[in-house]
Amino acid sequence: MTAYLAHFLVMVGIYAILALSLNLLIGYSGIFSLAHAAIYGIGAYASALAALKLGVGFWGGMAIAAGVGAFASALVAIPSLRVAGDYYVVASFGLQVVMLAVFMNWTDLTNGHAGLPGIPRPKLFGWVIDQPFEYVFLAAAFAVLTWAICRRLTHSAFGRVLQAIRDDEIAAQAMGKNVVLVKIVIACISSALGAMAGSLYAHYITYINPSSFALHESIFIATLVILGGSERLAGPIVGAFVLLAIPEALKFLAIPDTVAAPMRQIIYGALLIIFMLVRPEGILGRARARAQ
Amino acid sequence: MTAGPAGPIMALEGVARAFGGIRAVEDCSFDVRPGLITGLIGPNGAGKTTVFNLITGFLSADQGSIRLQGRELLGLAPHEVERLGVVRTFQHLRLWGKMTVLENVLLGCATPAGESVFSLFLRAGAVRAEEARARERAMEVLNFFGLTGHAGDFAEDLAYPEQKLLSMARIFATDAPVMLLDEPTSGLDGESLQRIVPMVRRLVDHGKTVLLIEHNMELISELSDQVVFLHQGRVLAAGAPAEITRDPALTEIYFGV
Repeated sequence: MTAYLAHFLVMVGIYAILALSLNLLIGYSGIFSLAHAAIYGIGAYASALAALKLGVGFWGGMAIAAGVGAFASALVAIPSLRVAGDYYVVASFGLQVVMLAVFMNWTDLTNGHAGLPGIPRPKLFGWVIDQPFEYVFLAAAFAVLTWAICRRLTHSAFGRVLQAIRDDEIAAQAMGKNVVLVKIVIACISSALGAMAGSLYAHYITYINPSSFALHESIFIATLVILGGSERLAGPIVGAFVLLAIPEALKFLAIPDTVAAPMRQIIYGALLIIFMLVRPEGILGRARARAQ
Repeated sequence: MTAGPAGPIMALEGVARAFGGIRAVEDCSFDVRPGLITGLIGPNGAGKTTVFNLITGFLSADQGSIRLQGRELLGLAPHEVERLGVVRTFQHLRLWGKMTVLENVLLGCATPAGESVFSLFLRAGAVRAEEARARERAMEVLNFFGLTGHAGDFAEDLAYPEQKLLSMARIFATDAPVMLLDEPTSGLDGESLQRIVPMVRRLVDHGKTVLLIEHNMELISELSDQVVFLHQGRVLAAGAPAEITRDPALTEIYFGV
């Protein structure tokens, strides 16, 4: 039971990082991305491969993951964020599709569907973090770090510019803000953090394959942000906790085994719809948004 | 044109811009003199806002040149034009409605350290000091425009005349010497005009140069030191407001009678 709880908390931590980092785009910059699972996957594969093939370990792997994640994001952001509007949704969707194809088909590197086993556990000053509860602390530490980074970015002059761009890009340009550059910078930071979550995941499960990084995962992460409330920093964290807790709680319902899986899916879906009907601004959203 | 004591701070020469077959601005040349209010007038569709968009980099010109103290502005992005010293308001204000009045003005204040991701994390002390200075400056600006009491309100909750003042306040905060005001008096009634018109004059007293678009012929003498009359994208006349408003040919074009 404690191992089960620990696993749940680690996954909440990892998804909190993913949702916090995606919210830098969705909530604070008004850029909707469908590629966060791809970025998560890039981080997981980059970190795993760096550890397995270069022997750099978890910390080196995570640094490489952050760099590769930011780079991949920049490749998409630089051409597509120059164009205003919803163009980035399509471009990020493209990145998601392409990256999943790469994970599945570049078998020399990724081992395709079979995945990469034997990813080493993180070491801290020679101490191997392999107990579930130890990993809870590691995941929590990174979630707190991500929260602190997001807070610093959003509660600053930089955050003010982000919000100005989100609300009126033309006014921001007229006021001397380099809109394209700011958007590219925030896309790269969001991706670096998302890729770090991938690294955390790979070294926790010690095995990765492409199915963890598909499009539905991108949509799931976006759901965490929107359901938790994108206007507040803590919203995505609450979203991650609630949306991971609901399926776990549903496991305790006395449903006959034969219909259990589909019933859980139906209840889960219905709860999502009810949430959005009752609190369209998200669990932690501001009431002001609802009044309009 | 009245010869001012100094040369022009900004000069447009032969500027042209067409949209498809429509020549919105053609062979447009005029000077903006420092420390004065230049009024850009003309009937609807004369190309006044197009001229603003060309100066501020929101539109590219087909030909011509726009120089600010000798530096070419054409070809620059809007944020580069602002950094060289030309700021503008918009006819539809474009305030950040869901941000506070103070935040709207803070976005005009220079905060290079706070806007740089590196210094946010590596030079926290410098960022904090800069932010404190910016807030002080923003409050001064709000005071200048009589908006101090609204600092914490959302911009969208202000009354229209106050929103107009805020649109000027946030660009005043940038320290750019040239301010382009797109119809500062439109949509205002008599009482509000009494607040806005002297405010435009005070901008010049504080060392700004103003180029403004104005529809109200009766206000133009009060509001400007020199007038440029635009018609079908061309400069038809330029000179003292009294000369322009008294010219029967121009009034005929303006009122279409």
